[in-house]
Amino acid sequence: MTLTAERAPADPGLRHRLAERGVDRQLLLLLPAVLFVVLLFLYPFFYGLQLSFAPAQGGPFASYIAFFSDSYQSGTIWITLKLALPAALLNVLASVPIAYRMRGNFRGKRLLTILLVVPITLGTVLTAQGLRNFLGPNGWFDRLLGAIGIADMPQLVQNYWGVFFSLVITGFPFAFLLILSYLSGIDPTLERAAATLGADWKQRFLRITLPLLAPGLATTFCLTFVLAFSVFPSAVLVGDPAGSTRVLSLAAYQAAYEKFDYSLASAIAMIMGAVELIVIGVVLLARSQLYTGTTGGKG
Amino acid sequence: MSSFSELRLDGVGRRFAGKDALVDLDLTIRSGEFIALLGPSGCGKSTALNCLAGLLPLTAGSVWMDERRIDTLPPEKRGFGMVFQSYALFPHMSVRRNIAFGLQMQRLPRGEVKRRTDAGIKLVQLEDHAGKLPGQLSGGQQQRVAIARAVVLEPSLVLMDEPLSNLDAKLRLEMRTEIRRLHQSLGLTTVYVTHDQEEALSLADRLVVLREGRVQQIGTPEELHSRPVNWHVADFMGFRNIVDARVVGATGTEAEVEFDGTRLTGTVAGGSAGVTAGISTGATVKAAVRPDDLRVTTGAGLEAVVEVVEYQGREQAVEARTPGGRALHLRTQERLAPGDAVRLTVSPERLLLYPSDAGSAAQPLVEAGAGT
Repeated sequence: MTLTAERAPADPGLRHRLAERGVDRQLLLLLPAVLFVVLLFLYPFFYGLQLSFAPAQGGPFASYIAFFSDSYQSGTIWITLKLALPAALLNVLASVPIAYRMRGNFRGKRLLTILLVVPITLGTVLTAQGLRNFLGPNGWFDRLLGAIGIADMPQLVQNYWGVFFSLVITGFPFAFLLILSYLSGIDPTLERAAATLGADWKQRFLRITLPLLAPGLATTFCLTFVLAFSVFPSAVLVGDPAGSTRVLSLAAYQAAYEKFDYSLASAIAMIMGAVELIVIGVVLLARSQLYTGTTGGKG
Repeated sequence: MSSFSELRLDGVGRRFAGKDALVDLDLTIRSGEFIALLGPSGCGKSTALNCLAGLLPLTAGSVWMDERRIDTLPPEKRGFGMVFQSYALFPHMSVRRNIAFGLQMQRLPRGEVKRRTDAGIKLVQLEDHAGKLPGQLSGGQQQRVAIARAVVLEPSLVLMDEPLSNLDAKLRLEMRTEIRRLHQSLGLTTVYVTHDQEEALSLADRLVVLREGRVQQIGTPEELHSRPVNWHVADFMGFRNIVDARVVGATGTEAEVEFDGTRLTGTVAGGSAGVTAGISTGATVKAAVRPDDLRVTTGAGLEAVVEVVEYQGREQAVEARTPGGRALHLRTQERLAPGDAVRLTVSPERLLLYPSDAGSAAQPLVEAGAGT
């Protein structure tokens, strides 16, 4: 023992002990990510936070009081939730059966996946433009309905539904891709085992696949919800930005760049973040009650 | 579950993308029988099992349970229990809920589900682990849950797909005895798929040897062990030495062959007229002998030089090379060392002679990779 201790130089000993605790030169690889987070997230966040408590007039909470005491402002929370929650839910629910059917390999799977995922590449503005052309007054959809004798369809753009469709179009591919990968991670033998034990397809889905998929659905819901919650371009382009689709981000934009009240805009951004955190917190709390271990598959 | 007296596979076949995985499987399984489907990987044994379970639709033939046709039924309507190679335990359910699953699917009264689940847990001695999730169990324990889950339903047929292949050697032996004990005590009709001939011989009442999707031989362990019908089956049943030899004289059931300049007397195997037709003077045959039956002699015999010696307790496993360059395998109690010159002999009834199959498309390499 003594001999080894004498022969080993002190420096490698320290380096070795640090390495045991995960402190070594590879730690430098984290540097860009840490810089990125600090400069592009933490700094703006804390800057905005202090700005929201430093209004031009009134006490530190004046911006928040102004927001919540004006129903035209505070109503935007409900407007945004009314858009984002159903859109995220629909994206998740619609993805499940399609992803379920598309597990495993079959002819044309790649083409079908590409078709389902293409909307990701379009961007919200292009989607909104397309929606106006397709669903708008004298759009293709309108003319098609007219041609087969259905007139007086309710208006589908420049209102709540226009934004809702746009959120579904852009959010669905994300939800679908995520759920497909969660589903592929579930060992298909489990369902076959359930079949040999007498479970029909409904029981197999409800008792085997769904419980194993549920944590993935919760995560997917959170991600698509966050995407939908920060909706901005489509709320303006295919929505009713003065009324039924005056969402939180729009209110923040107007406060900052039309009224130049940066404190109020920051406060709205903070409120936006808080609402998102509450929804995600609730979903993740529910998720923690579920089985989240291995699902036996390659995932 | 409905029981049966006879389960009949009638010309069962399965093709995958134009390629035959299983061809014309005829098999009658009697109630209470333990059948092993045996063969190398890709021989169609798992395909046969999945067809039987209803997890794979047939492309030819039919399956009959007594007078009822069952190959058109979905798996959940067949009432068979299946044990999967990967166990396929439901990872989000406790041991108890895994075992109860099938009983619940039958909508049995709560009390009966509990009673039979308890009995199942007791059967595989997992009383202390009933509340655990599968992920918290060892491989052997998971295996026992899988077996209990399949047998609590008292299925008319239990299907096992290489259930022991994921266990280590010691546990494999223990579970093998366990499966045999369960079969003896419950009397459940069982079809067991394996590539391990020793496992199949020790467990089964009858073996079905498959090769390239076709049945090679159906018989008792005794028949398979001592009388393989062709050299492929012999190869699979532990005849590690299979060499080409030339017939120099045939007399009824015995024939004299020449191999590497040495003459040996062997038994014409197979038996049917069509098979013995291939054994005539001048023909090249496959001569098969187990390592245990190749003896070191001081008298006349096949000359060889010892190359590799493996210590195996009381015996040694030896690889020796003939002057013609053939590697031969033998087991002997004599202490040999690499470089020793030996003479080998075999008694005529232990040297089996098979016609070389000209018709077969695939000719597996004899002695492939055997230490050479």
